[in-house]
Amino acid sequence: MIKVTLSVLVVIFLASIFAPILTPYGPDDINLDQLRHSPDMHHPLGTDNKGRDILSRVLYGGRISLSVAVVAAVISMGIGLIVGLVSGYAGGKMDTAIMLVVDLVLAFPSLLLAIGISVILPPGIYTVMIAIASVGWASFARLIRGYVLQCREAPFIEAARVIGCGNIRILFVHLLPQCMPLTLVMGGLKLAGYILTEASLSFLGLGAQPPTPSWGSMISANRIFIMSAPWMVIFPGLAIAVTSLCFNMLGDALRDKYGLKLTG
Amino acid sequence: MGERASPEAIANIRKELNADEGIFAQYRGYVMLLLRGEFGRSYYTNRKVLDDLMSKFPHTLLLAVSAMLISVPAGIALGFISSIRRGSAIDRSISSLSVVGLSLPVFWSGLLIMLFFSLKLKMLPPSGTGDVRFLVMPALTLSLPAIATLARVSRTTLVDLFGMPYVRTARAKGVAEWKVRLNHVLRNALIPLVTVVGLDFGSYLNGAVLTETIFGWDGIGRFAMEGIIKRDYPVIMGCIIVGTVVYVLINLLVDILYHYLDPRVRLYSSHD
Repeated sequence: MIKVTLSVLVVIFLASIFAPILTPYGPDDINLDQLRHSPDMHHPLGTDNKGRDILSRVLYGGRISLSVAVVAAVISMGIGLIVGLVSGYAGGKMDTAIMLVVDLVLAFPSLLLAIGISVILPPGIYTVMIAIASVGWASFARLIRGYVLQCREAPFIEAARVIGCGNIRILFVHLLPQCMPLTLVMGGLKLAGYILTEASLSFLGLGAQPPTPSWGSMISANRIFIMSAPWMVIFPGLAIAVTSLCFNMLGDALRDKYGLKLTG
Repeated sequence: MGERASPEAIANIRKELNADEGIFAQYRGYVMLLLRGEFGRSYYTNRKVLDDLMSKFPHTLLLAVSAMLISVPAGIALGFISSIRRGSAIDRSISSLSVVGLSLPVFWSGLLIMLFFSLKLKMLPPSGTGDVRFLVMPALTLSLPAIATLARVSRTTLVDLFGMPYVRTARAKGVAEWKVRLNHVLRNALIPLVTVVGLDFGSYLNGAVLTETIFGWDGIGRFAMEGIIKRDYPVIMGCIIVGTVVYVLINLLVDILYHYLDPRVRLYSSHD
């Protein structure tokens, strides 16, 4: 199952990366002779209300949606790793204070918080990355902190201290690599959610601005045509659903394989 | 205001919004407003945001509660069936379906539901606020991811419980299997499940913004969406604050409910 999921994901990523080669039309090429054309040989997924090819837009949209989700995940992981490492290793008041902030962030309904952030900053893909990451880091931080608490008293850390390693060295050379597998599995699971959040924010008009296509904004712009030209909405949504499904299944499979318990 | 506003008019608005004061003075002004229980006025309609929120909140609550009424029994039932038929084809298909349910963007599944019920079957009105006919589709849409989450969590919880020694004891002393399943296992599973339902309330709020927008349901979510489109900051702030407060209150309620469901859980640790 992992193989199937992985290959679908690879296909999705490759198709987005090589969108300019794969598509005969540009994402913004307007063709007024072919408005809201149903899927056929020339336009496999049909065209939208400006005659733009849906397939091209879905592939180009994938570049936006995937890169926003991946970058947001990398930022979240980075911040979460550092905060979690420091919090778990330092312990005491520092730990209490950091966990208070983490709980505070986790106490917000995530999409509302992300909406709040994307409203303050000018709309665009960077804002969406920041919005997702500023909510996302907290769950990584909590997970890593819990793991560091377990590792902190392990013999290998004690040994490192005995041979004279400083705190910084223990943190980044000894503890950090220990946390990587857990972080990556969690990242895989979270990516599914980030794809959905990115799509939701774009759907709300807070993401990539027109004419740049992203999966969420395509659905948002085309939803008034759902009755007359459903393909304009169905295919971008299918792209979101399949990608998110693959990440979910991959995350589940990895979690089961390594027997990890992920909460928070 | 428009592009050709007179300097006086601009000055008036600036004065009204306290735009000439420093950012901290402005923030203090907003906090004072909040402390008086106000959210200010909408930039566009000039109506009090609080009044609008009060009139729209019951709609959102109705939608969220209806969605819960669908998702809680359905989710737990699916998880229960999965757990007693563990490893079977039914279990596997329920598990796969719930991953799918988690992966669907609600605004898209909502549109598909609308396409099916309104266009193909012509059974329900596509959008609007009103009686049950208007409520069915948004509630169904909102409940889908929640059903999926609950089905997954309740399956895991129930499978764990079925392996407990006390279940073997019950079976060994000859308790009927249906009694073991319902009274011994399902009942004990309720405690963790209440938490999940409560914590998941945030996803109802998140989903409400999207679902209400699609189905034209006149609640806080759609209000927020309109605010976002028009950059109507008092409206956006009001919606986010109300949403957050409700979410935190629900979490508190879950903690208290915990105590009643399981008297072993103490709200204060014993040495306090």
